[in-house]
Amino acid sequence: MAEFTTLREAVADLVPDGVSVAMEGFTHLIPFAAGHEVIRQEKKDLTLIRMTPDVIYDQLIGMGCARKLVFSWGGNPGVGSLHRFRDAVENGYPRPLELEEHSHAGMATRYAAGASGLPFGILRGYKGSDLVQHTTVAQIECPFTGEEVAAVPALNPDVTIIHAQQADRSGNVGLWGITGVQREAALAATTVIVTVEEIVDELDRNGPNHVMLPHWTVTAIAPVPGGSHPSYSLGYSKRDNRFYTEWDRISRDPDLFRRWVEAYILDQEDFGGYLRMVQDSAALEEVLGG
Amino acid sequence: MVEGVSYTADEMMTVTAARHLRDGQVCFVGIGLPSEAANLARLTHAPNVVLIYESGTIGTTPDVLPLSIGDGELAETADMVVSVPEVFSYWLQAGRIDVGFLSAAQIDRFGNLNTTVIGRYDQPDVRLPGAGGAPEIASSAREVIVMLRHRRRAFVPEVDFVTSVGFGRRGEGRGGHRGAGPTVVITDLGVLQPDPQTHMLRLVAIHPGVDVEQARAETGWELEVADDLGVTEPPTSEELAVLRDLKARTEAAHSA
Repeated sequence: MAEFTTLREAVADLVPDGVSVAMEGFTHLIPFAAGHEVIRQEKKDLTLIRMTPDVIYDQLIGMGCARKLVFSWGGNPGVGSLHRFRDAVENGYPRPLELEEHSHAGMATRYAAGASGLPFGILRGYKGSDLVQHTTVAQIECPFTGEEVAAVPALNPDVTIIHAQQADRSGNVGLWGITGVQREAALAATTVIVTVEEIVDELDRNGPNHVMLPHWTVTAIAPVPGGSHPSYSLGYSKRDNRFYTEWDRISRDPDLFRRWVEAYILDQEDFGGYLRMVQDSAALEEVLGG
Repeated sequence: MVEGVSYTADEMMTVTAARHLRDGQVCFVGIGLPSEAANLARLTHAPNVVLIYESGTIGTTPDVLPLSIGDGELAETADMVVSVPEVFSYWLQAGRIDVGFLSAAQIDRFGNLNTTVIGRYDQPDVRLPGAGGAPEIASSAREVIVMLRHRRRAFVPEVDFVTSVGFGRRGEGRGGHRGAGPTVVITDLGVLQPDPQTHMLRLVAIHPGVDVEQARAETGWELEVADDLGVTEPPTSEELAVLRDLKARTEAAHSA
């Protein structure tokens, strides 16, 4: 049975230093509020898992929360580099970052194997790619046809955190639109934290492809309206593409980045404070101007 | 630049790539230039082209170009939306994609693509985003159209890292991958295709106003030029109007 709690308590109780954490959401429904809370609570030595690290992990990596990153594509979508991620990989700043990198198909297969309780998953791929020399993949032979396929190990995060549109009062989670790899990431994990736009008496059932995590697969649920900004929650908010574009400037310079995190995350009580601040476009120039 | 219709080198590249898509083909699209080209095709000669983005949006018809692979616009205009494991397994891996569009930071003479690192993997000079969906697009799509700007630092004899396989480090071939691999490379200077025997990329067409020597100078290997070198048809006024309109709508939407 899912427990209703606050995000602050969920992160304090369920995300100890040193665990592996997957915060999933494929461009849509990225759990930014949870990422900010992890930064606010100064969690350390995390293994961060995510197909597309995105701005959310750029923030966590830049604040030195991560020891290792498991991922498949580390860019700012449509904009360019994740500069804090690059700084960690290229210069070990603010601390070295161990990488375990796959392709998207490899990561998706690993999560699906983890959710299925299997030791590994298979796919056609990796052959001829230099990734083979740098990651966890093995070529195996199909016992029935002899075809060679790639085997990748199951991915079972200690904690998976996702953001969804709704939960009902029993803790069933409603999530729709681009559903990414959230169901697999949740079912593969030991502990599942879900932040939601709202808690409702009855889930909307008219979405195009509702994904529901039943209450008994979820550890904790915390309402955080707007909790995916600058990503979005279909039906509730739009992707803040301007923010993603501005992030390039903020993250490029470690000092500007630090100032931004202090003002927008560390000095705020909770995500509500951050959301009020991003609505004020003059605030950004003030913070970055020093 | 030719006969009064003026256009940029990037527009020439996008229009050329769009023309390579045939109506009704199923196309796996990445963000940036490929997305521009695929949507231009859909809005001009190929209204029934099926666009699939790796976020799981199938048959999407966006009114403005997405900034990310998972903008709400893509989901809201799609025939259907599937999960990420499904899009890579049931759709791409199973061979249901006719054309994959890819770009890269580096391409070598055998069409291998690098989107991982410049320099050594363990101590990179530049850490690039990484593989994403590209390796499996390169191996499983029936054919791959590569789009990138023709610059010497991108067209290298050997890539620093093979992220996605073309014809192998030594041009040995497809190594058992089901798709045909990169059948065409479209740049802002011209069009390259692999030689059927050697698999080496050679220049088969040049854009109007571009000199072959310019393409040679921007290629890091001894670029072979086809005997029957063609010249690309310049963009029509309709192609340019549709492309510019699409980009203006996109610009307005993303800065709102």
